[in-house]
Order: sequence, then structure tokens, then C-alpha cells
Amino acid sequence: MYSLEILLISILAGIVGSVLGLGGGIIVTPALTLLFGVSIEHAIGASIISVIATSSGSAIAYIRDRITNLRVGMFLEIATTVGAITGAFIGGLIAPNLLYIIFGLLLVYSAVNMIKRKKGGQQEQIAMHPAAAKLRLGGSYYDKAAQEQISYNVGNVYGGFGVMYGAGVVSGLLGIGSGSFKVMAMDVFMKLPLKVSTATSNFMMGVTAAASAGVYLLRGDIDPHIAGPVALGVLAGATIGAQIMQRMKSKTIRMLFIPVLLYVAFQMIYEGVAL
Amino acid sequence: MNENSEIQDVELAVSRWLRIGVIISAAVIILGLILLFIQGGSGYPGDTYPHDLPDIFRGLIELKPYAVITVGLMLLILTPVLRVAISIWVFVREGDKLYVVITSIVLIILIVSFALGKA
Repeated sequence: MYSLEILLISILAGIVGSVLGLGGGIIVTPALTLLFGVSIEHAIGASIISVIATSSGSAIAYIRDRITNLRVGMFLEIATTVGAITGAFIGGLIAPNLLYIIFGLLLVYSAVNMIKRKKGGQQEQIAMHPAAAKLRLGGSYYDKAAQEQISYNVGNVYGGFGVMYGAGVVSGLLGIGSGSFKVMAMDVFMKLPLKVSTATSNFMMGVTAAASAGVYLLRGDIDPHIAGPVALGVLAGATIGAQIMQRMKSKTIRMLFIPVLLYVAFQMIYEGVAL
Repeated sequence: MNENSEIQDVELAVSRWLRIGVIISAAVIILGLILLFIQGGSGYPGDTYPHDLPDIFRGLIELKPYAVITVGLMLLILTPVLRVAISIWVFVREGDKLYVVITSIVLIILIVSFALGKA
């Protein structure tokens, strides 16, 4: 009976996922396949449940505490979902290894960008992009670590929208989650505060995953014996993570995020070259 | 109208409904796992489990553990959709036409992509 072990690993996945704005699949999938010998189909099925559980579990706190920017999330969600549908359609037309390499390099670029931003916590004030003003994307939140209300403007709306569309295409083509791309689009391109970026990424990821999760479930890829404990563990972990993240310094979150970003980047480039 | 209080209403409503959805789905999954423990079997032969809607609901009525867990997972999958739907409703109530349109587009695309995936 490995339900208890799956539950414990899932709690960890939920914490990491909610703090970094990733789905938790990055932990759940390898843990299930390597440690428990679960087949890759069932592991992916469980990991999509983990994405939704991370999203919904953390969103309760993030939305209530106004860390999530609902408008940015909804607006960018159009790009991701249209991108995902495009990806599913052009599957045969485009060489996936080229996309792997392009997006891998894009992730390296944003990791370098994040390292260069030495100030970490302090967000540079930028001018509000005209489209952002029109869409009323700006916002503010109370930072529990810095103990101050932080107002922010939103820049480069088109760049962020474009990266989100690309991220949607990649996830539609390759069936991978794109939490790291979402955080990158908001943090590096649109210059949102990191906490707002990870919380909003979490919010969006659940919405995107819901459509595919329904398909997976009806196809029979979601094994209740595995996905049940994963859902409960991740929900608990994400709730804890949402509390921890608000008290962490943005700088610390960035330090944790950069290695994960590089890991995903090199994995993508490797897949691209190996294909 | 005060922009901030408007956004705050949306956020509180979404957060409240989300919590209800998450608690219900978690409770159903826990119930299924408890049934699995008590009955000592999944209610299905071997490693199989139900994955089409009629089978799942028939199993739910008979309180078969795997069917109950699956219903809990389905409720969890629906929470993000619920989140989008509630946002539309709240934006309508707040008279925020731009975001009623944006959020409706998102909901329509979600439904379309679900339909496409099924085919």
C-alpha cells in the first residue's frame, strides 16, 4: 500500500508548485514513474490532476489576499488557450524539435535576465504600457514579507501575450505544462512583481489544465488509486505553500526559481537535439 | 464607481466559491479512500476502474470506492471552470463589460478545446 507515500510526496509537490507557480508535475511525474513504477500514461494523468489541485488549492488564498491579478490572468488566458488549440492542429506541420530548442533558449535567456536583476525584491517602477492602461491591468497587493502595500504597473503587453501564445502552442504540441513560461512572460516581459507572476501563473494553469484533464479522465488515463492520494496531498501542500510564499522574500523565490528554470530549459534543448 | 472595491468583490466571491468547490471535492475523494479501506476492494475487477460517465455514476450510487474517488476528481477538475464562470457572473454584476467579454471568450475556448479533445 503505497498510498501514504504518494500522499507525502504530493504534499511536497503542492508546496513547491504553489510557491513557484508551476503545476507540481515537475515533481509528481518523475516521482511516480521512478519511485513507484507507475506507467507514464497514469503518471501524466496524475500530474494533470496535480496541476489543477495546485491551482485551486493555492488560488483560494492568493485570490483572497489579492496576490493573483485576475485581469492579467483572464486576458493572457485567451493567448494560452488559443495557442493550445493551434498546437493541437499544427502538430504535423512543424518540427517539434525546433520548437523545443527555441523555447529552451528562451528559458535560458530569461534565467540570465533573472540572475542579472540583482535587486531581487525591489521591483523597478516602469511606465504603464498603453494597452495595459486600456485593459486596466495594473494592481496592488500587500506583501507580507516586506510588510508594505506594493502597487505595480504592467509593461510590454504584446510581448507577454506573444510568449503566452507560444507557450500555449508548445503545450498543445508537446503536452507539457507551461508554468515556467507563464511566470517568464509575466515577470521578464510584463515586469509584474514575481509573487504576482507565480500566483497568476498558478491561477491560469488550472484553467488550461481543466480541458485536457476532462479528456484524460474519459480516456481512462486517470487511475483513482494513484490520482486520489495525489489530489489530496497536493491540495494540502498547495494550501500550506500559499501561506509560506506570502511570507517569503521575492529574492528567495527567485533564487529557487532560477535553477528550476535552467533545468527545464536544458531538458527541452536536450529533447530538441536528441529527437 | 470605486475601481478597487469592485475588484475586491470579484476576488472575494471567486475565492469563496472556490473554497466550497475544493472542500466538497476533497471530501468526496476522502470518502472514496475510506470506503476502499473498509471494503478492502475497489469494487472493480483487477486493476480496472470506471472511466465513462454512465459507469462512474452507476458505481457512485452503489458506493463503489473507485467510482466515488473518480467523482471527487471530476469535481476537482470542474473547479477551475467554475472559477471562470463565477468571474463572468461577477463582472456582469459589476457592469464591467470589457471583462465580461474577455472572460466569456476564455470560457468558450475552454468548451471548444474540450469538445475538440473528445473527438
